[in-house]
Order: sequence, then C-alpha cells, then structure tokens
Amino acid sequence: MILLDRVSKKYGRVATPALDRISLHVEPKEFVIVVGQSGAGKSTLLKLLTREERQSSGKIIVGGIDYDKLKDKEIPLLRRKIGVVFQDFKLLPNRTVFENIAFALEIVGMGNREIHHTVPKVLDIVNLKGKEKRMPMELSGGERQRVAIARAIVRQPKILIADEPTGNLDPKHAWDVISVLEKINRYGTTVLLTTHNQEIVNKLQRRVVTIQHGQIVSDRAKASYKL
Amino acid sequence: MSRKLVTFRRIITTGAVNFVRNTWLAIAAIAVMVVTLTIVLFSLITNATFTNTIKQITSKIDVSVYLKDTTNKEQTDQLLADLKKLPNVQSVKYISKDEILQKYLSENAKNQKLAGAVTQTDNPLPATIQIKPRDLNKLEDIKDYLSQAKIADLQSDQPSYSGDRKEAIDKITHATNILQRAGVGAVLVFAVISVLIIFNTIQMAIFNRRDELTIMRLLGASTWYIRGPFVVESILYGVISAVISVGFIHSLFVAARSTLEATSLGLLDINYAAEYFRGHFWTLLALQLLVGILIGAASSIVATQRYLKFKVHR
Repeated sequence: MILLDRVSKKYGRVATPALDRISLHVEPKEFVIVVGQSGAGKSTLLKLLTREERQSSGKIIVGGIDYDKLKDKEIPLLRRKIGVVFQDFKLLPNRTVFENIAFALEIVGMGNREIHHTVPKVLDIVNLKGKEKRMPMELSGGERQRVAIARAIVRQPKILIADEPTGNLDPKHAWDVISVLEKINRYGTTVLLTTHNQEIVNKLQRRVVTIQHGQIVSDRAKASYKL
Repeated sequence: MSRKLVTFRRIITTGAVNFVRNTWLAIAAIAVMVVTLTIVLFSLITNATFTNTIKQITSKIDVSVYLKDTTNKEQTDQLLADLKKLPNVQSVKYISKDEILQKYLSENAKNQKLAGAVTQTDNPLPATIQIKPRDLNKLEDIKDYLSQAKIADLQSDQPSYSGDRKEAIDKITHATNILQRAGVGAVLVFAVISVLIIFNTIQMAIFNRRDELTIMRLLGASTWYIRGPFVVESILYGVISAVISVGFIHSLFVAARSTLEATSLGLLDINYAAEYFRGHFWTLLALQLLVGILIGAASSIVATQRYLKFKVHR
C-alpha cells in the first residue's frame, strides 16, 4: 500500500536532512504507529506522503502511484484517495461543521442528496450529532479534532493518515478517537498514526516504527512504546 | 444532473455565501472599488465636457476673405467652388456688401457715431467669404491657397487669419490641443491607478484567507473548485461597486440641479456634463460593469495563483 525506498528530504540549505534514507513498507489494511520525539521527522514523512513536500531522493509509491511520475494535475486526485487528520485540524474557518465535512465530498462531485445522507452518519461515528451548524470557532479543541477525523474518513479512503490526533484530548476522548481509527481499520483502511502517547501505543499492541534524527531506528510488530 | 453542472452550481453558491459571510471584507473592498470607479467615471465625464467646451470655442473660429468691390459674380462663384474643394474646408459662406452693412448697423445700433460713419450710398465694407476650417492646426493650408497671386488679386485686404488675429487663433489652438491631450491623459492615469488599487485590494482580501486556499488544496480540491468561489465573490464586488458609483454620480447631478444656481463650475459646464451622463447612461453603466467584472475576475485569478501552486523543489 505504502512503499518508501531510501527516501531522504532536505529543506533548503540545512545541512542535516529531515529524513535520511528511510525505507518503509506498509501492507494494505495494516495499522502502523509512528513514534518519535518532536523534530525527529514524523511530520516530514506525512508531508511527503500527501505530496505537500517533495522528497529530495528515493522512491515513494502509494496505492500503486509513483510520486516521481505524478503530474501537478494529478496531485488533487491522489489527495482525494488519502484521508488526513492534520495535527492543527485545518478546518475551514468560514464553514459550519456540516459544510467542513461535506467539502471533502463536494470536491469529488458528489450530489447534494448523497451528501446529506452520508455526513450525518459520520457525525454519529465521531459523536458530534447536533453540532452540524456550529462554526469551528465555537467548538472545543476535542470537538474540532473529531470534525477533522470525520472529514478524513467520510470518503472512506483506502489510506488514513492521522498526525497526533489525540494530542489535544483528555484520556477519555483520546480513546474515543483511537477506537474510531481501529473501527475504520477493521473495515479495511490502512492507518498510519503518529503519536506521543505512550499509553495508547502500549495498549494498542500494533506495529510500531520509531524515528530518530530522520532515521528509522526500530520497526517492531505488536510492540510497545520505546525510545 | 451531471457532475460538472453540480460543481459549477456549487462554485456560484459558495461564492455568494462567502460574500455574505465575509461582510466586512466585502464592504472594505467595495468601498475602495466604488471610490476608484467613481473617479474614473468622473474623469470620463469631465473629459467629455471639456471636449465639448473646446469644440464650442473652436467652432467660432473662421477665416474671413475680404473681396474687392471689383470682383464680379463669376469670379466669386469660382472662388467659392474652389475653396469648397480644399481638404481642410468644412464650409464656406458668402456675405454680400449689403448683408455686411446690415449686420454692422444692427451691431452698432446703440452707437450713433459708429453707425453714422457708414452709409448706404458710400459702403466701405467689403463682401466677405467666411471659411469654416475642419482642423485649426492646418489653417496655414488655407492661408497659402489664399495668398496665391491670382486669388490675392481678388481680395481687398489680407484674410482675417493674419497678424494679431493669427497669433490669437494659434494660441487658442495650441491651448485646446494641450487641454485635450491632458484630458485623455488624466483619464488614462486615473484608470491605471484604479486598476492597481482594486488589484491590490482584492489581493489583500485573498491574502487574508490564504489558509483556506491551502487547506482546500491539501484536501484534494481542484484548482477551479478552489478559485471559482473567489472569482465569483470578486465579480460581485465589481458589479455592486459599478452600480453604486454610477448611482452616486447620478444623485450628484440630481443634487446639483436642485441646489446649484450656476450652470457651470469654472470651465466645467455642469449642464452639458449632466446631459452627457444622461445621454450615455447605459453605455457608462455597461463600461463600469465591464471594468469592475474584468478587474475583479483577473485580480482574483492572479491573487489565488500563488497559494495554489504545488511544491516543485526536491
């Protein structure tokens, strides 16, 4: 599903690369947790996968698409196949909760009736029923996080990337979010989760990839948190 | 409904909804556009009015040819016919000795001494041909023609385009030339400045919302799905501003008519300006709309471009 082959990323003229010859293979339907301290290169890895940044060298193939052969015009199509929960949510400030989630469906040209049928279901999954008409500004951090998750999963993507989705949540809500991710994973979506939360990592008992100074230092199945 | 149609409808409605939700941004942008469009419209009308005033002044200028009493009808008719063939001659008018005398007497009816100096029996005034030129800058052509020996023989005096009168006419011509060029120049300068200001305003409005653009980009929206609503919004700014600016000028003329006693402000003939505005109302409105829409659309397309680019650096 996701294949990285000796991928490096250097920003501008900074001497040390953010990612240094990383190789990673994620099977379809896998649930992978990426851990590492801030600045280790986790975010850069995710940005390369969404083609927000371009790798300096190495090969990236996601869902059969070779990023080197990707034309500008095809980048939106690629992004529509990947659901992303951004660390800073990235909600559209001028749109309601409903419209924010609906936006993900609008851009693929889905009709209004179908959208009005689909969005409430997802709102139910993330426990936001009744807040459809709120603006992002009026929501708590945890609620915004859940809107971001709802938007990422509403298209039922084959791949879901979640960047610190529990970062702003209290333990109860954090577990709600994780259980949503597990549910989606059970339905067949490949999940890539980055987190700092030791407890979550230990409890999930999934594959854990540890990044340090831009390199993968360990890659263990059914592992617990270790730095 | 096809997907394209759904998308197109969404772009329009999203643009309209954004317009309503970003009220303050819209008001600020429209205010700037109204001011600049009004200045352009005002300079257009002022220019047309000055042009009209200049036309009125220059239409009073003609070249008079004074004929000797010995010149017979045949010669006069021949001269009139020849003059009409000159490229720079718009029209010619023959005034006989009697007509000139009547005119002189009626003009000086209140001054007995002047009127008495000329009598029917001893009429010193020459028959005159008045030539209306097409282009005041080319009066020399007519003068050259008149000073040919054969034609000079028929004349009792130099034509009116000579000496002090020539100097005065040349000065007026020169001044009106400069005025007209300055008018066109002012309209162009105001138009260019307005375009730049409106451009900048829309760029700022979009800069304020650059996060929205990048978020939509990250979610996989196509270029036109992101840009479309902004273009719609900017076109709305343009349309509303154009209507307000035309309405503002209209109410200004209405107010001027009811409160101002004078019909002109210095050189500016308000009556003519109002008439010109009324006569060209739809053209001017269409022009304003076109400018507003074009600038709105073009500047929003250019302004969004920057935030929609994909990273190319490796």
